[in-house]
Amino acid sequence: MFGWLVWRDLILAWRRRADVLATVFFFVIVVSLFPLGIGPERETLRTIAPGVVWVAALLASMLSLGRIFGNDYQDGTLEQLLLTPQSTYLIVLGKILAQWLVSEVPLVIIAPLLGLQFGLSQNSLAIVVVSLLLGTPVLSLIGSIGAALTLGLRAANVLVALLVLPLYIPVLIFGTGAVQASIGGTSSQPYLFLLGATLVVTLVFAPWATSAALKISVE
Amino acid sequence: MLEAVNLGCTRGDRRLFKGLNFSIQPGELIELRGANGSGKTSLLRILCGLAAPAEGEVRWDGKNIRTLGEEYSGAVAYLAHQNGVKDELSAIENLRVGCGVSGNALSTSEAQAILEQVGLSRQQNLPARSLSAGQRRRVALSRLLASKATAWILDEVLTSLDDTAIRLSRQFIGNHLSKGGLAIIATHQELDLAAERVQRIELSP
Repeated sequence: MFGWLVWRDLILAWRRRADVLATVFFFVIVVSLFPLGIGPERETLRTIAPGVVWVAALLASMLSLGRIFGNDYQDGTLEQLLLTPQSTYLIVLGKILAQWLVSEVPLVIIAPLLGLQFGLSQNSLAIVVVSLLLGTPVLSLIGSIGAALTLGLRAANVLVALLVLPLYIPVLIFGTGAVQASIGGTSSQPYLFLLGATLVVTLVFAPWATSAALKISVE
Repeated sequence: MLEAVNLGCTRGDRRLFKGLNFSIQPGELIELRGANGSGKTSLLRILCGLAAPAEGEVRWDGKNIRTLGEEYSGAVAYLAHQNGVKDELSAIENLRVGCGVSGNALSTSEAQAILEQVGLSRQQNLPARSLSAGQRRRVALSRLLASKATAWILDEVLTSLDDTAIRLSRQFIGNHLSKGGLAIIATHQELDLAAERVQRIELSP
């Protein structure tokens, strides 16, 4: 059942790939604007790189949150999903997994290329990828709570941003911390552990909160 | 089997109905009638567990459905106003994915057989976007046919269907009832269905 759900969402994303590409382009453009705007001073760029990449990733992931449940809500398939004999927790987890694969993994893959513009070393680029790999699932998980709460509301996108962005702050701090540490030549491990711990905690609690929010929104 | 005890529903400040009691056994049918806005859809959503009643409870085999959870979901098929059909998927994909997600995976040939029953075999590979309203309703109907649920809860099942499809759906519902299923149908049309017992519930605003 879980497999069918993820497969369904992947197929749907493929048939609407323009939406997904828009998110990736947004990420690429936002990150690239900074070196263009600030100029080629290596030291400055290197200092801002972690923050720029991470903030752009947060904003790009916000763009795709509305799609986790929005389309399914509108055409009535969400009701049908909630009526399947399977726990809402798993349904939510499946949809988040699909959203992460479709909207966040491309960002993780493209991030090292963008990091090159900031003159990051190979080691730092690797930390960028690892920290994003650990951090972006947290973004999807927390974002799904906001997406479920604002389902069917007018101005849902703005509300989601207001609800979710403050909750992204710990991920931002740990993620940028890891990259900054590697640029400064210290160990990024503590930050990565913290990101990992955040991932585990949200993995347990976020789908549960999202299911509760979904049930309220559908009612 | 399915039992409503003292059900009440409010929408905002407005009371739609209260003190509603009925029960339905396998092989039986309930026709739900009432003017627009009288709360038919709200009642059906409460019965299938999507919404919580303001008062009272719904029981399945004597147990409150809110405590049964997924066990109850497996016994119920709900056909809503919205078809729950994905525009980007073809008719056959909609059917197979819909069934797969509810843990009742169909092979391609099984899915084709069901689509033939609802008269969509020629359109099975068209994306649902390019199907007409009636054809999309037929896709939703095919999902109902494939489900193994005992209780069918149907909201305006006959809307946008042509004469052939209306005859077909009557036949499907009849078969379902004769196989020991039960059905609760909100409708404005005459259903003329043979069941062991037909109850009519009239909701008045």
